[in-house]
Amino acid sequence: MSELDRREMLAALASVPLALAFPKEEVERAAAHAHDVVEAEELAVQQGRQPAPYAPKHFTADEYRLVRLLVDYVIPRDARSGSATQAGVPQFMDFMLGENAGMRTWMRDGLSWVNAECRRRFNQGFISCTEPQRNELLDAIAFPAKALAEDRPGVEFFNRFRNLTSSGFWTSRMGIADLGYTGNRPVSEWVGTPRNVLTWLERNKPA
Amino acid sequence: MKPPPDESGPTDASYVMPQTPSRTRQAEPYDVVIVGSGAGGGIAAYELTKAGARVALLEAGGHWDNTSAQYSAMLKMPYDSPRRGASTADRPFGEWDANIGGWQIPGEPYTKAEGTRFDWWRARMLGGRTNHWGRISLRFGPDDFRRKSIDGLGDDWPITYGDIKPWYDEVDRLIGIFGSIENLPNEPDGIFHDAPAPRYYERRVKETCDQMGITCIPARLSVITKPHNNRAPCHYCGQCNRGCMTNSNFSSPNVLIFPALRTGRLTLVTNAMAREVTTGEDGKATGVSYIDKTTGEDKHIRGQVVVLAASALETTRILLNSKSTRHPQGLANSSGVLGKYITDTTGTDVAGFIPSLVDVPRHNADGVGGNHIMMPWWLDNKKLDFPRGYHIEVWGGLGMPTYGFMGGIERYPEGGGYGADLKQQYRKYWGATVGFSGRGEMVPNDNTFCELDPTVTDKWGIPVLKFHWEWRDSEYLQVKHMQETFRAIIAEMGGEVWSAMPTREQGYGIANGGAIIHELGGARMGASERDSAVNSNCQAWDCSNLFLADGAPFVSQADKNPTWTIMALSMRTSAYITQQRRAGVL
Repeated sequence: MSELDRREMLAALASVPLALAFPKEEVERAAAHAHDVVEAEELAVQQGRQPAPYAPKHFTADEYRLVRLLVDYVIPRDARSGSATQAGVPQFMDFMLGENAGMRTWMRDGLSWVNAECRRRFNQGFISCTEPQRNELLDAIAFPAKALAEDRPGVEFFNRFRNLTSSGFWTSRMGIADLGYTGNRPVSEWVGTPRNVLTWLERNKPA
Repeated sequence: MKPPPDESGPTDASYVMPQTPSRTRQAEPYDVVIVGSGAGGGIAAYELTKAGARVALLEAGGHWDNTSAQYSAMLKMPYDSPRRGASTADRPFGEWDANIGGWQIPGEPYTKAEGTRFDWWRARMLGGRTNHWGRISLRFGPDDFRRKSIDGLGDDWPITYGDIKPWYDEVDRLIGIFGSIENLPNEPDGIFHDAPAPRYYERRVKETCDQMGITCIPARLSVITKPHNNRAPCHYCGQCNRGCMTNSNFSSPNVLIFPALRTGRLTLVTNAMAREVTTGEDGKATGVSYIDKTTGEDKHIRGQVVVLAASALETTRILLNSKSTRHPQGLANSSGVLGKYITDTTGTDVAGFIPSLVDVPRHNADGVGGNHIMMPWWLDNKKLDFPRGYHIEVWGGLGMPTYGFMGGIERYPEGGGYGADLKQQYRKYWGATVGFSGRGEMVPNDNTFCELDPTVTDKWGIPVLKFHWEWRDSEYLQVKHMQETFRAIIAEMGGEVWSAMPTREQGYGIANGGAIIHELGGARMGASERDSAVNSNCQAWDCSNLFLADGAPFVSQADKNPTWTIMALSMRTSAYITQQRRAGVL
C-alpha cells in the first residue's frame, strides 16, 4: 500500500456514516486496489526494471558486494517471487546499520569471518569461490545443531544475518504478496475463522 | 482558538493546544489541578469538568491525538518505512507504537539497589500509556479486595467489590468494552458489546483448554464492536497499539480529554514536569510546581484541589518530593507508608511450534489489536503451593509481517538452512506458532519498595526514585506453574516448545519487576491513617484537598490488568470531590 492508497482508505473511513461503517464494496475496492499495486510492482521487478544503483552509506563497497551475494543465497528467486536483492534487502540492511551500532559490529565481524574462513579453506574470498565451495561453507554454518564447534562464530553470524534477511524480504511488498498477507485494512464484518479454514482445522486435528 | 476536534472525524493538524495557562487565569486558582493525563487523570478531567469544575491538567509529555495521521500510524505497511517497524530510542515497542517514552528516558534516570532487577516504563505524551496499551479491561473480583481475609497475606482493601461495582458499570457505559457473560465467581461480568469470534489458532487453543479443564472465555477488551457514544465500531485492522484513527478503542485523549476540552472548562498544559505539590501553612495543598520543559522554567499552578494521576510510582515520587515543615517526610506520609507495598504483575511467556497448523489456508486473521480469547484463573490456590492466581493471554497467527519476522527459523524442524528450501520454510511455518503469556498476582513484601535516591536527581534537579525489588516463592512458584501449564497445553496441541524449562536459578523465567508495566501501590489506601497514605476515597489522610487517581492507592494486585480498576476508582474519587465541593467542604 502506498502512502497515497493509505490516505484514500483513511478518507473512506472518515467519510462513511457511523451506522454503516465500511460498506463491503468499499473494503473490497480498497483490497483490490492494494492487490493491483503489489502486482504491478512485482511485474516491474520480474521485467528487470530495477531501482537505480544504490550507494551504501554504512557498508564498504567490498562488504556490500558480499552482502548482495549472500542475501540471495539466503532467499533466492523462485517461481513465486523474486530474490532478496530484488526485494531491496541490501539497502534495508544498510539503513539498519545506520540505526544500530551493535549490528554494525556483528555484521562487520561476521562478513570478515566468512571471507577469512573461505581463504583458510579455499585460498580465496567468498565472492571468488566456486559454487560448490560457497555451498560447503554455508552448509557448515547454516544448521546450528549440526555445526562444528570451531565454526561457532560463523553460525552465530549466519543466524543473525538470516533473521535480518528474513525481516527485510518478508516485510517488502514482494514478500508480503508472496506470503498472502491480506490484513491491515478495514474489514466491514469480522467473521473470525472463514468456513474453508474451519473445515481445514477439522481435517488437521493434532495427532 | 479553534474549537477542539469532533470525536468522529480526523483532527485539523493546525489546531494547537495552549501550552501554558494564561496570566489572568493563573491569578485565580483552578478548582482542580490534575497531574497526569492517562487512564486515571483522563477520567478525573472528564468527570470533574462535566460536573462544572474549572480544571487544569498537567502532562509531562507533548500533545498526542490518535485521530490525526500526524500521530497515528494506522494502516501503514512495513515497507512504508525503511526501518520496517523496528524499534527506536523513544519507541521500544516499534517505530509505530503510539507511545513516546520507554524503559530509559534521557535526563530522567532512576536507580536500583544492588541486586535489584527492575525496569520502569514511563510514557511521556498526552494520554500516557493509554495510547498503546493492550486494552485488556478486567474488573477485579470480590475476592481481590479481601485477599488477607482469604489467605492471611498482604492486606484487605478498605472497600469491597460492591462499593466499586457501580463505577465499573459507569466506566463500561462511558468507554465501551467487549466480552461475554460468564457468571464466573471472581471474574465479574460487565456491560459488554459482542466479543469478536476467535481466530483459527485461538479455536485450537480453546478446544485444547476445554479438554484440559482450563477455563477459556472470550477476551474482554476496551474495543467497541458497535457504534458507541459517537465513536465508530472497530474495523479489525489489528493495529490498536498504533493509535486508532476512528476512536474504536479506548485512549484517554480521544475518549476523555478532548470531550472534556469541549466543555470549555479544561486547560491543558503539556510538557509540564511536576516537581511537587505545594502546601500552605495549614498543610493543605495550594497547587503544583512544575518545570515547563519547553523553556526549562520553574512554574506554579494554583488549585483548590490537587489530583495526582502521574502513574503509581511517579505519583509516589512527587509525594516524597513534596516536603515542607508541615510534611517533613513528604506529603501524605505521616504513616511512613509512601513507597512501600509496590508491586507489578508477574509474567512469563512460552511459545511453541504447532505442526497441525502448518500450511493453514491464508486468510485475514488480524481481528482486534489483541487476543480474542483468554483464560482467567481457574484453580484453587488452597490446593497449590503458591497463594495467588494468574490469567493467560494467547498470541500467534497470521499477523502482519514486521521487523523481526519469524526470527529464529533454525528452531523449526529443518534446523535452519538457506536457499529455496529455507524460503519455503518461512511460507509453511508462518501462522503455525502459538504463544502463551501468564500474568499473575504478586504479594506485596517488605523488601520491595522505592525511596528517594539521596544523591541522584533528574536533569531538572528533582530527586529520583531508587528501587528495591524482591520476588519471593509466592511469585517464583506461581511462574513455575505458568511454565508447566503452557508447556502442557502446547504438548496437548501436538506442539513443540523451543526453550527448555527454566530452572529455579533462572527464576523459572520470571520477568523483571516493572517489565509487565502494571506497577501499583506506593501510596496505598486503608482504613487507618496509621498504615496508609489515603482513605477509601483516595483522599490523603494528611491533606484533605489532595487526591490520588492512578495505581498508587492500590492495596494489592489481582490476576487482572489494573486499568479498569484505576478508572473506576478515579471516577468514584471524582464523584466524591464533586460532592464535597458542592457541600462546601473542599
